[in-house]
Amino acid sequence: MDAETAHAAAKAGDRRSLARLLTLIETGEANGVQLGFSSRAEDGRILGVTGSPGVGKSCLVDRLLHEWAAAGERVAVLAIDPSSPVTGGALLGDRIRMQAADDLDEVYVRSVATRNQPGGLPVRLAAMAEALLDCGYDRVVVETVGTGQAEVRIVAVADRVLLVEGPARGDSIQAEKAGLLELADIVAVNKADLDGADRFAEEIRGSLELTGEAPPVLLVSALEGTGIPELVSALGQLGPARVAQRARWRERLLSEWEAALLTREDLDELLDRLESGDTSVSDIVETFYRGGG
Amino acid sequence: MENGEAVVQLKGVRRLDAAVSTPLRIVIAKPGLDGHDRGAKIVARALRDGGHEVIYTGLRRTPEQIVRTVMDEDADLLGLSSLSGAHDFLFPRVCALLVEAELVDVVVFGGGIIPEADRAPLLEAGIRAIFGPGTTIEEMLAFVSEVSARRASGEPSGVGEGGDWTWQGTGAV
Repeated sequence: MDAETAHAAAKAGDRRSLARLLTLIETGEANGVQLGFSSRAEDGRILGVTGSPGVGKSCLVDRLLHEWAAAGERVAVLAIDPSSPVTGGALLGDRIRMQAADDLDEVYVRSVATRNQPGGLPVRLAAMAEALLDCGYDRVVVETVGTGQAEVRIVAVADRVLLVEGPARGDSIQAEKAGLLELADIVAVNKADLDGADRFAEEIRGSLELTGEAPPVLLVSALEGTGIPELVSALGQLGPARVAQRARWRERLLSEWEAALLTREDLDELLDRLESGDTSVSDIVETFYRGGG
Repeated sequence: MENGEAVVQLKGVRRLDAAVSTPLRIVIAKPGLDGHDRGAKIVARALRDGGHEVIYTGLRRTPEQIVRTVMDEDADLLGLSSLSGAHDFLFPRVCALLVEAELVDVVVFGGGIIPEADRAPLLEAGIRAIFGPGTTIEEMLAFVSEVSARRASGEPSGVGEGGDWTWQGTGAV
């Protein structure tokens, strides 16, 4: 199936073609420019969901999917898990906790490995998200790995960021250290069913107030389903993105720069030459700058 | 695959220090009411270490849910694991639904506790390999490698592609 055929069929609602199209984009065999969906208004339809491993991102996303689907929205999820830097393999397990993925026709979930960007975001992620919007999904959720540079880089792809936090992860200083609070347009403190969740939420609120324009902090329990309608409603009323446009451009630039490097056909050759001492990192960078690369 | 060719020569494996190629996407699924997934998890982990992208469905999935996962994830292979004794119904049901959904090129393999007498009908339903207890990780990877080679050369290996090819093992015990 070629990209144009897959794109046309996907736009007409064929899931198999949509899945195929995403594969073609992921491997670089198709792109948004060629298929006509490369530019997009930053209208808040791409939501990044981030937070440390184990805070309950996938379970919470599952709850949100059920709410949105019940309200008649079509929602797609790109669930990212890391590829091994050694073998390139990946174990993609976010689906296990997303019942909606298997049961609701309004929902499409795709597991995405980071591939040649082991600690970051998949290089074609933005194009995959744009393809889903172009194919009729009202909203795209990008769930990140939960660690590493990808957490900051998510603002290069997502219009808004939901940070999921949980109690029993030490005090709120841990959350501040990570720097993620500064990116969040909204914070959900999950596991409200556990002791100490409300106190943890208060601590986060307190620390956010110091920064002026504070994002909303909500208590939710993905396990019990409490606070979910409130979260959906708050997500629907978010103001402009908190991350400055300049910072967003910075992450996009870095993201595109890395993608351009990682998808170079001569990347292996360059690595070979570095390994054999034939060239140096600074020589290669110099060549790129001069436009020779 | 002939004896001696069992050396795992993985097509589709991309190492960062080797030529870039695209990893295979493999769904590992547990159909039906069966709560035992130690084997499925080991297989998932082994395939991951072989350089593939493995999507594990979790326990107790219906055939319909499994087919939906295979479709949405654009998977190349599907591994079904069952220790409940219901493989004789569930595996062929998944195969039939895959064909119905026009996912004919997906290569299906099975594992778990499958009595010898039950194997022929499963292979007839379109399953290309059945791995029982004692199967080595090397054999699983050799199977995936051969599937990859067959696909590349256009030889039938998918669940709805016909032909009589089934995995005969590496010859290693």
